[in-house]
Parts: sequence; structure tokens; C-alpha cells
Amino acid sequence: MFLEMAKNDCAQFSVPNLTGEQTAEFLRKMLLIRVTELKIEELYHLDEMKTPVHLSLGEEAVSAGVCMHLRTEDAVFSNHRSHAHYLAKGGNLGAMIAELYCRETGCSSGRGGSMHLVAKEVGHWGSSAIVAGATPHAVGAALAFQMQKKDSIAVVFLGDGACQQGVFYESMGWAALKKVPVVFVIENNFYSVNSHLSVREANEYLYKRARAFDIPSCRVDGMNPLDVYASAAQAVSHARSGKGPFVLEYVVQRWRMHVGPGDASAQLYRMPEEFTKGYRRDPIEEFIAHVLKEGLLDSSRVQEIRTRVDRDVGEAFVFAQNSPLPDARDLTKYLFVE
Amino acid sequence: MPWTKLQVESEEPEFDENAGDNARKLDFEKALFEALDQSLEYDPRVFAMGQGINDPQGMFGTTTGLFKKYGLERVFDTPLNEEAAIGIALGAAMAGMRPIVIHNRPDFLLMAMDQIVNHAAKWSYMFAGQVPLPVMIRACVCRGWGSAAQHSQALHGLFHHVPGLKIALPATAYDAKGLFISGVADNNPVLFFEHRWLYKHQSCVPEHMYAIPFGEAAVKREGSDVTIVAVSHMVIESLRAADELAADGIEVEVIDPRTIRPLDIETILASVKKTGRLIVADLAWTTGGFAAEVIAQVTERAFHDLTCAPKRVALPDLPTPAGYTLEQAFYLGAKDIKEAVLEVIRTKKVS
Repeated sequence: MFLEMAKNDCAQFSVPNLTGEQTAEFLRKMLLIRVTELKIEELYHLDEMKTPVHLSLGEEAVSAGVCMHLRTEDAVFSNHRSHAHYLAKGGNLGAMIAELYCRETGCSSGRGGSMHLVAKEVGHWGSSAIVAGATPHAVGAALAFQMQKKDSIAVVFLGDGACQQGVFYESMGWAALKKVPVVFVIENNFYSVNSHLSVREANEYLYKRARAFDIPSCRVDGMNPLDVYASAAQAVSHARSGKGPFVLEYVVQRWRMHVGPGDASAQLYRMPEEFTKGYRRDPIEEFIAHVLKEGLLDSSRVQEIRTRVDRDVGEAFVFAQNSPLPDARDLTKYLFVE
Repeated sequence: MPWTKLQVESEEPEFDENAGDNARKLDFEKALFEALDQSLEYDPRVFAMGQGINDPQGMFGTTTGLFKKYGLERVFDTPLNEEAAIGIALGAAMAGMRPIVIHNRPDFLLMAMDQIVNHAAKWSYMFAGQVPLPVMIRACVCRGWGSAAQHSQALHGLFHHVPGLKIALPATAYDAKGLFISGVADNNPVLFFEHRWLYKHQSCVPEHMYAIPFGEAAVKREGSDVTIVAVSHMVIESLRAADELAADGIEVEVIDPRTIRPLDIETILASVKKTGRLIVADLAWTTGGFAAEVIAQVTERAFHDLTCAPKRVALPDLPTPAGYTLEQAFYLGAKDIKEAVLEVIRTKKVS
């Protein structure tokens, strides 16, 4: 029943025409998220990253695919599971890892931790760990862009849990009313911590909620990078051309537990169908198989991208580990902006 | 509504005499209107929104008709989404705007606690000062005419507990305009609490834009016998009490902190050093409130300057009753302040 539900209603898209460069960049973004998260997981037991980490392993295609269509001036808003959004938008990798190590060189100078990343220079103005908390921020930024007569757009990433909070509906209402350029990106991994969506909602098709506000919306297979890319192109161009908000629901698989590495208690909370053969999919491997088959990239280019990402991630960890910790004398710094 | 005429006050206390050459006598509400008008005119990044902001009544006359001058893009009515409204203001501020959000009552801000406490108050610290949130949130404390428990709460104490917010409570027209402009100019989230009964009060207000810095208390009346720290409408009540007490030869000093965060504790300490006696008159409940905080700070820092126990003149720890006889028993004013002063005067000094 659950597998059926997850497959149902996904909109169909034709295969997007990606150039070689776009393909390489899309792959690089996904791999950057994957390799970074795996490295965090590998080193987490050392207890040097003293901050709760919410891993996006398995969900890489959504952040990467959506951000492929964004410009530096566009804004993204994110939540507790924030690494992927930050990296996909182009946030500095070293500054993110340093933040996980709570260093002064971290993107939030060690004041935010893993759930509160910021990369102002690329339109990432801070993520909230209150799941729907950043949703109105995106609408506000989009409203500002409209007032400023800019053609920038705002994108907010939110989970299926956030879709249960009232402010999500308030935000959709405003977005529709003011017709602001915002895209709501729902990453539906079906779990709020360990509670499955089916025990939390009578109607699991989250995208349908946008209909009450006359906001166009669709459900997309978020494990298929090509569908993610194609659907995001549609939503972003809708918002950017002044037609108002768009809601995208991506059905994704959260490979790890809610917080931290691994998924030790998977047997105790996951749906039985999830352990059947063929359930688990890997968006990156699917994408690589596609691009090799279509000749968009050759295997040496793919390897080159992997090598570069591995090197970047390695360097970022070295940078973080060798960075200074915040000075306790600066405890009260930053309560207010000057 | 009949109560608007009955319960507003128009007696002008004597203060703000040195407001400047081009100052006129202005209503508190007109001073706020002028401050908003000038802020909108001064900076195209400023916009104002709120439920009912463009009603003919115009938020007690503080916004009336401004949408005609600045357009509906900059002065607009909103859905009844208190939480989203604040969140949207924060998002717009991140994108470079300077929003002013107007709520009719502090009671409604409780709907937006997540955005105010979890977001607005945290953004500067959490992101090491990189993302300023120049947002001002206005709300008007109501009193009387059976407004009852959900339309009359003075909640500044609740927000006062939270680091990362600035809180202003003007008592005079002059302060209202100057603090408003400071609030709009500030790069941090500001809560601006008005009081319904102050709107018809007049004082001298300069025509030009001026800012009253946050964290600077005003000594509204000088005296040597007792220090009264009062906020918002309680400043007016304290000045009335002071007038009556002066007739009996008791000179009280009335200090209006004007902003409770930041709080100008130094001015209060200096006054207590002189008088040795402290009363705090607040609009809100007694327990765990602003009055308690002032007394705690003074006791910690200047215990030996106190010659007797400090006193709070603050509301009983109860929801506001609707019935007018009960309301009368619930609210405090000049009479209660006067009694408190007489009580501390009678108290034998600790030697």
C-alpha cells in the first residue's frame, strides 16, 4: 500500500535537454552532497562534530535539481536538514564543515551549528530548525523582490512534517494573494522523525493542498533526477515570469534516521515494504547510468568529477579541523546587529 | 463606539517643554501618524502592513489614508495570519526591506510567537550578525469597556524575557515619534507597544524627523524622596500621583525608561541613590514581570542605596475581567501609586 502510494500521482515529464556542462554541474552538485554527507557519517563517531546532523543521503536530486535553475540573486530557505540546500545553492563547503565542527571559521561562526547554516553571498539567508519556520520568510523575500521590481525568485525547501504546520497554509495564502515569485519545494520522505505520514494525515498527497489556493502544483518522483530537473524548470520559470507561486511535491527516500548517522532502528519503525528488493533507489547512480548511456558525459569525465568532489570534501574537513574555536570572551557578541 | 470618547484622556501633563523651536502640541496618535508618514517618505524600503491598516479608522488614526499617498504596495491590509505576517516581514527584511507590521493588540502577537521568539530574536546571534532583521512590530494595549481577558493584555514582560528583541513603550507624543523613528531605523527586530489611553494625550512634538535613542531613560519629573519607574500609561498615572503628593510636600522622581530592552538601569540606579526608595509602576501582571526585573536589578546592584523595601504597583495575577465594577478593582492608577509612595515614606528607614 505504501509503495503504491509513493508511486501514485507522480506527474510525467519528458527528458530534459541537458547540455554536457549542465549535466556535469548537476552531477557535481549531487555528488558533492553525497560525498560530504558520507564523510560526515564516517567521522561523526569521533565526536568532534558536536552538533546534531540531519543527513540528506538519498534526497540529493531534489536540492541539486531545483538549484540548477536558480541564480545567485535568487534566495533559498531551508530547514534542519539543511546541508544539501546550502551546498546545492553554492554555499562555501569549508565554511559549512567548519560550522559542523563549531569553529569560528564556520559559516555562522560556530553560533548556528548544523541546523543553522547561512551563505548570504549566494542568497541563503539562514535556515530554521522549526520545520515550517522559514516558509513565510520565502514569501516575504519574494514579496520584497516584487516590490524591488527584480526578477529574482525565492525557493523554500520543506518536508512532509512542515506541511502539517499552520504557517505553511498561511504562507501559501499570502503567496497566492500577492502572486509573488516563490516556489514551495516539499521533500516528502514520509517520515517526521519516525512517524510515517500515513499515521499523520488522512490524505498523503501533499501537493493537492495547493489547489485550495489555486496554486499550480504537482507530485514528482524525487528519486529521478531528470524528472526533478524538468519539473523544477517549469516551476521556476512560472515564478520568474510573474505568474505567482508554484508547489512541487517530491517523493523521496530518506536513507538514514531522522538525525545522526545510520538507521539502527529501521526495523522498528519503517514500513515492511521498504525492505523489499527494488525499493531502495539511488538517484545518483540512475543519473550516471543515464548520462553514460546518452553520451552526455563519458566515463572519464564522470570520474574526473568524482575525483574533484572527493578532493574538495577532503580539503574542507582539513580546513575545519584546523580552524580555531570561537573565543569564549565573544559569548555575548552578535546578540544584536550594529 | 461610546467608550472611545469616554475613556481616552486629554489632560496634558507638563513635560517635554524643551522639544525645540518648531514643536507643536500634537496628539500621541498624530505623532505616530507623522512618524510613519515621514518614515515612508524618507526611505523607499519602508513599508507598513497590518490587518485593517487601511480601514477608515486607520489603526486609531495612526495610518489613516497613508495608502493613498504611498500606494497599496507600501501600505496594505493583510490576511488574518499573524504568524505568517511576522515571518513575511522577516523574509522581506532579509531581502533588504524595512517592514513595519501593525497588530491591533499584543494579544494577537501570541499567534506569532514562533516567528518572534524562535526567529526574529535569534537571527542575529545564530548567524553571527550577518543577516540583519530591521523589522518593527507595533501593537496597542487596550483597556476598559469590557475588553476582557483576550483584548487587553500588556505582554511586554513576556517578550522582555527573550534576548534579541528590543522593546519600546512610549508614554508621550514626543517620545512616541522619536522612538518610532529610532525603531524603524534600527537594524534589529523592535517591538513597539502603544497604549489605547495615550492616543489623545498631547505633548510638544517637533515637525522634523528625530530619533530618541533606545536605552535612554527620561526623568519625567525630578524629586528627592521616592523614585518611581513607570512605563507607558503608568507614566501619566505616576505624574498625576506626583502632583498630588507634591501638595503634601512629598517630592517623587518619575523615570520613564522608554525602552525596557535595552534598559537604562544607570539612570534608575542614580535616582535610587538619591532617594533611597523605589516603586515600579507597570501596566502588566505582578509576577515575573518588568517591575520584578527592575527591582531585581536595583537590589543586586544597589542594595545598600535602598533605605526600605522596593514596591511593585502592577496588576493582580488574573485575567482581565470584563465587568466594569471588576475592571475598576483590577486596574491600578494614580491612587494606588500615591498609596504606595505614602507606604514607603512611612516605612522606617533601614539604618
